Amino acid sequence: MISTVLDSPQPAGPGTPQLPAGRGKRRTGDRLLHIYTWLVIIWLALPIAGVLLFSFNNPHGKFNYAWVGFTLKWWGPKLFQYPSLTHAMLNSILVGLLATALATTLGTLVGLALGKYRFRGQGSLNLVQFAAISAPEIVLGSSLLTYFITLGIPLGVVTIVIAHTAFCVSFVAITVRARALTLDPFIEEAARDLGAGPWTTFRIVTLPMIWPGVMSGALLALALSIDDFITTNFVAGQVQTYPLFIWGASREGLPPQVNVMGSIIFLGGVALAVLSSVRSRRSRT
Amino acid sequence: MRRLRSRLTPYLLILPGGMWLIVFFALPLIFLISMSLQTGDVTNGFSLTWHWQNYLTGISQYRGQFIRSLLYGAAATGLCIVLSYPTAYWIAFRGGARKTMYLFLILLPFFVSFVLRTISWQYILGDNGLLLGPLKSAGILPPGFRVLATSAAVIGGLTYNYLPFMVLPIYVALERIDGRVVEAAYDLYASKVEAFRKIILPLSLPGVFAGVLLNFVPVASDYVNAQLLGGPNNTMIGNVIQDQYLNLQNYPIGAALSFTLMAILLVGIFLYAKALGSENVLEAAAQ
Amino acid sequence: MTEQTPENAPGNPALLRGMTQRRYGRRDVLRLGGIAAAGLGLAACGVAGAGKKVSLTQAQRIAAAYWPKQHQHGVVNFANWPLYIDPDHETLKMFTQQTGINVHYSEVIQDDPSWFAKIDPIIRSGQPIGYDVMVVTDGFEFSDLVALQELTPLDQSMLKNFHKHAAPKFQRRSFDPGNTYSIPWASGSTGIAWNPKYVSGPITSINELWNPKYKGHVGMMSDIQEIGNFGLIKLGIDPESSTEADWRKAAQALKEQRQAGIVRQYYDQSYISALTQGNIWITMAWSGDIFQQNISAGTNLQFAVPQEGGNIWTDNMMIPKHAQNPVDAMKLMDWFYKPEIAALLTEGINYITAVPDARQIITTDAARAAGSKATTLQQVANSSLVWPSAETYRRLYNYVSVSGAHVDAYKSIFEPVVAG
Repeated sequence: MISTVLDSPQPAGPGTPQLPAGRGKRRTGDRLLHIYTWLVIIWLALPIAGVLLFSFNNPHGKFNYAWVGFTLKWWGPKLFQYPSLTHAMLNSILVGLLATALATTLGTLVGLALGKYRFRGQGSLNLVQFAAISAPEIVLGSSLLTYFITLGIPLGVVTIVIAHTAFCVSFVAITVRARALTLDPFIEEAARDLGAGPWTTFRIVTLPMIWPGVMSGALLALALSIDDFITTNFVAGQVQTYPLFIWGASREGLPPQVNVMGSIIFLGGVALAVLSSVRSRRSRT
Repeated sequence: MRRLRSRLTPYLLILPGGMWLIVFFALPLIFLISMSLQTGDVTNGFSLTWHWQNYLTGISQYRGQFIRSLLYGAAATGLCIVLSYPTAYWIAFRGGARKTMYLFLILLPFFVSFVLRTISWQYILGDNGLLLGPLKSAGILPPGFRVLATSAAVIGGLTYNYLPFMVLPIYVALERIDGRVVEAAYDLYASKVEAFRKIILPLSLPGVFAGVLLNFVPVASDYVNAQLLGGPNNTMIGNVIQDQYLNLQNYPIGAALSFTLMAILLVGIFLYAKALGSENVLEAAAQ
Repeated sequence: MTEQTPENAPGNPALLRGMTQRRYGRRDVLRLGGIAAAGLGLAACGVAGAGKKVSLTQAQRIAAAYWPKQHQHGVVNFANWPLYIDPDHETLKMFTQQTGINVHYSEVIQDDPSWFAKIDPIIRSGQPIGYDVMVVTDGFEFSDLVALQELTPLDQSMLKNFHKHAAPKFQRRSFDPGNTYSIPWASGSTGIAWNPKYVSGPITSINELWNPKYKGHVGMMSDIQEIGNFGLIKLGIDPESSTEADWRKAAQALKEQRQAGIVRQYYDQSYISALTQGNIWITMAWSGDIFQQNISAGTNLQFAVPQEGGNIWTDNMMIPKHAQNPVDAMKLMDWFYKPEIAALLTEGINYITAVPDARQIITTDAARAAGSKATTLQQVANSSLVWPSAETYRRLYNYVSVSGAHVDAYKSIFEPVVAG
């Protein structure tokens, strides 16, 4: 959803829903809406501004809730002052990469199948996927915890990756399926007529065509994984990821380093989103 | 040979992903149901005794939290609609060349960790925090005034965290509306209000419905907002489930509550789908 | 999505496929139901319990078989509660200097129930929890750990300092006969803390926690053993001789407090953060925490044990099963019983120590120090919270002591007060 919106081309032509600009009364209504929209945007941005701002704060003890003074020191080597926080951040990245790789691979295959072919069991698969996406995280988490405990599987990085992959697969599958639906089967047939085997056809013809869908799916999976809290809280055991660390440390006071890392993730995500939308616009021209 | 291979291809393709979902999504749910019928405790072990009582105990003891979750869910979803619709409307129709930028700004909070955003609100809304502190020092508010640990704070947090799930579907639906239809309405002497009421609103409803679907389920089952922003009288069923599992190790009750929550939400979704026609729901969800 | 591309053109095979694909139907639901039934068979297995009970002699035999095989590794992982010592505290540094063993200190324990819930599944599955020494209070969780055999019985031969310097009453703790599994870390009392900015003190009665004047700004603990006692004390009932009927009355008083909106939140260690930020004005608190917080955050919080009574508890050091550095753990544990180390510890944490000789050392330190440090040390040396008199001890009650089926009754009565 996010990616399709960001990739949508600039509106032009008769299809554009632009209301005719009107007389005074209409203008006031529009202006009110304009202000309303900006108020909502500002409200949405408030906590983010807070996080960013307080990453530059210089608090006395552990409590970073009142402004004391400006400092850049948390953005330097002091960022790694708390080994458990650094460790948690590394865990989040590790789990994110592993789960994304797994989910993207599995999800792409599923999405391809759903988009290109008709087969029996398609309905069941759609049902399961819909359930996987709409199931509340707390149900996912509690059922997985019950599962792992009953089977005696030790909780840790492995169980977190398993859980993240489980809920990301369907997102990737749906994104890829949307793309795969638009595949023109005649191109693939043409490749095969020219002597390409199935793997070659996939590699040279199909994959590039669905690549944007695969990439959006992968990015979505990464975002979901790095930020996941509820499900991870249930299956992590002793291991901490970044969101889990924040949750635990919030009882005592979050060190400014947490703000810095949060800001870095934020800026990184923004950069990625901007990059991908710029790239897709360029590839279209 | 090729026909057999191509017949098998879709099954081979879905095999790894499908297996993963079955082993790590469907099976755990079965185990959840099984655990909800067990008795015992950590010291002596749990065993399957078909103890349906767990459901009765759980539901009667935590009936308040169930109801509160549904109420907060409805309130937050309603607020989301109120906040999202005008915003999406303005961006879709008046955003012009900068539409993407506005949408991006709306999605911006999502790039900061969910827990961190909510804790940030906790600091901002603290009794002597960034918002209330200065107001209290200036004497505008009494020293005992508080925003945290109230249902308003929890609903506010829920609305905040799940707003994008409502804005995007509504925006997408509004953006799709063919401007020519609206123009035709104006040509037929419709006023702006009438055009909205009779053309735009009905065409955008699928987006609203999709938004409600995507919004209500996670909101009703959330516990982070209630834990960080609420007090003991604002707890939701998610808090209870989390507590039973992670603090009390009362797995059977936790499982029974978890399954009941899912059943309630599923029933809600299917009734909802029936009311709209099932095509819409899956299509909307697929978007 | 608004593109007028070949996608939307009629006759596009892909579009036709998408439009005509069957969504889901009855057959699919039945098929899934079949798989579900098969899975139910698998899931019918439950979770294994503890196994047999282990007697003291058996535990000693286990210890005798276990310890000769263990060696020192040069590192020890210490899990403790916040607001005791810092990771770079002198006591730990001196330990490293003396023995060459590095200490990794983590403040990961917030309250006993959640800590237990965290480590129990891990130890059950045969994994080490990542810590060699952990500190747990004398309550249900400790009994559960013993019953579930999730602790390593101690090597008594390595407890020379403990046996020499610990006061007799701390060597004979009823909840751990023979010091088989643990030795005390510190003892403390639970009372009431308040912020003088909002509450005009001094607070002397336990009923102040129920005072509607502080509605929405009162903190209570989430540990049911703590609040259970407070509920009983409020009603004038001696926790140590209370009955199930008494528990119900106490739970009722606590529920009324919650429903009236007086309680802001049920806290674990995090009450201190809420109190500092001003979100709560008066709260149940642990004696040394306030002392520590005032020093490290510069606050001016006050603490007192109510006239009607408070709780007394002992936090104990123990070694979880499957610990990776047990010998180093034993050395660290016994280290804290050298009188000069016990004195240093007490000076820092302001909790009751098991080593009586420490008091003299603290007094000497106070005399030798200067300025504000001298005042602080004087306070510690003379504090009735750190060296309770017989009279104070009379006002301090242990947790309700129950075992077996009574534990379940206690939990089922008090958990709903806090839960959810």
